Amino acid sequence: MAKVAAELKYSAEHEWIAADGDGPSAIGVSAVAAEALGDIVYVDLPEVGTTVTAGETCGEIESTKSVSDLYSPVTGEVTEINDAVVSDPAVINSDPYGAGWLFKVTVTEEGPLLSAQEYAEANGGEL
Amino acid sequence: MTENYTALYEEHKQLGASFTDFGGWQMPLKYSSELAEHHAVRNAAGLFDLSHMGEVWVTGPQAGAFLDYALVGKLSAIADGKAKYSLICNEDGGIIDDLITYRFGDEKYLVVPNAGNAPTVAAALAERAANFDVKVEDASAATALVAVQGPKAEAILLKLTDEAQHALVTDLKYYAFNELTVAGHKVILARTGYTGEDGFELFVANDGAASLWAAVAEAGAEFGIVPCGLASRDSLRLEAGMPLYGNELSLERSPFDAGLGPVVALKSKEGDFVGRSALETAKEAGSKRKLVGLKGLGRRAGRGHYPVLKDGNVVGEVTSGQPSPTLGYPVAMAYVDVEHADLGTALDIDLRGKAEPFEVVALPFYKRQK
Repeated sequence: MAKVAAELKYSAEHEWIAADGDGPSAIGVSAVAAEALGDIVYVDLPEVGTTVTAGETCGEIESTKSVSDLYSPVTGEVTEINDAVVSDPAVINSDPYGAGWLFKVTVTEEGPLLSAQEYAEANGGEL
Repeated sequence: MTENYTALYEEHKQLGASFTDFGGWQMPLKYSSELAEHHAVRNAAGLFDLSHMGEVWVTGPQAGAFLDYALVGKLSAIADGKAKYSLICNEDGGIIDDLITYRFGDEKYLVVPNAGNAPTVAAALAERAANFDVKVEDASAATALVAVQGPKAEAILLKLTDEAQHALVTDLKYYAFNELTVAGHKVILARTGYTGEDGFELFVANDGAASLWAAVAEAGAEFGIVPCGLASRDSLRLEAGMPLYGNELSLERSPFDAGLGPVVALKSKEGDFVGRSALETAKEAGSKRKLVGLKGLGRRAGRGHYPVLKDGNVVGEVTSGQPSPTLGYPVAMAYVDVEHADLGTALDIDLRGKAEPFEVVALPFYKRQK
């Protein structure tokens, strides 16, 4: 069963966001989503300096079998994107909560977020 | 829809497969990574459960004449021990299914349709048999089918057969079959497949399926065999330019649109067959759109039903598409207006509002080195 990292918060659309810190928060997709998508071969991320809005699409994730929208779990300005996953998207499958992070945002407002426990219960993940 | 389970369902569960519904069957989509499964078939070997495919026996004095009437090919002309790819069409020339027919003798043939179409095909064959001295028997529910595909397939089969029968394996030509014993099971061993690699398909009775599956997995371990699901089966057949019923083939498409004109025996068959008159008309009229291969120039893949564009105008539709794991660029099959179907034509695929450049290329995308 796919792992749900306990220290993160999650959106219903399967994005995770690192819990509150001082700087910008990293955002990625959950292992549950990565597993369901299959081998990821392409990601389209928002550009640095743009503003993403909680609950709205901000990119795409493409696997061998399908294309899915990427939703931002929060509102804020994108400060950094992970160039490593753009050049090698397979990292999202192998390390979704670590090296497979997608972009960082200076959060001005959170969308509705779930705790790891709630997300795991709703989506069949394993804490 | 009723869910069907193959005789190997428990094996798939134990291997941790993710399942998908395919043609009314719960089938393994993948076991681990579909890319790893794909590469295993290209470089070593893969093990597939294809028990969802149909098996319809046609026996009796008029078996050959009946199949010549019921299908579009000249099946009576197959040699014993050989197989032939064919189509079953309706009176309008629409494709009901594509299938493979195996000839055991002039009074015994095996017809193998696709999973979702098997009941329809069996019913159509039974109906068309009314005026022939034949028996049509749907054995799909009692028969399992396991495929071993990849460059190591032959070496694996040799480990599972008696030395006295090795020549039956090594001398077996593409689209030929033998009846022999593999790992203690009586099987029909055919050198056929849907991957573009060398390989075999093994028909076995349901009660032998699990034991045969385990024996192949064990014998293949030293060669790197892995169980493969429908996801890799689809990417492998797409690279090999093989049509999938429901994507490239349907009741709305003629065999000529799909590039399968040579499969229709309008010349070599003198008698009538189902769909003949409509197919003659379709051939005469020519196709408005035809099936082509598209190679992506960027990184993004076209998917089924995405529009194909020329200068912003819709000139076709993608039937199958994804990034090619072997070639490293996106590939697609699409029906395209004939005036834009020439090799080398620059076209775009509308990727959810964004035009992505593609080029018409020859099929198959991938051909193995022999």
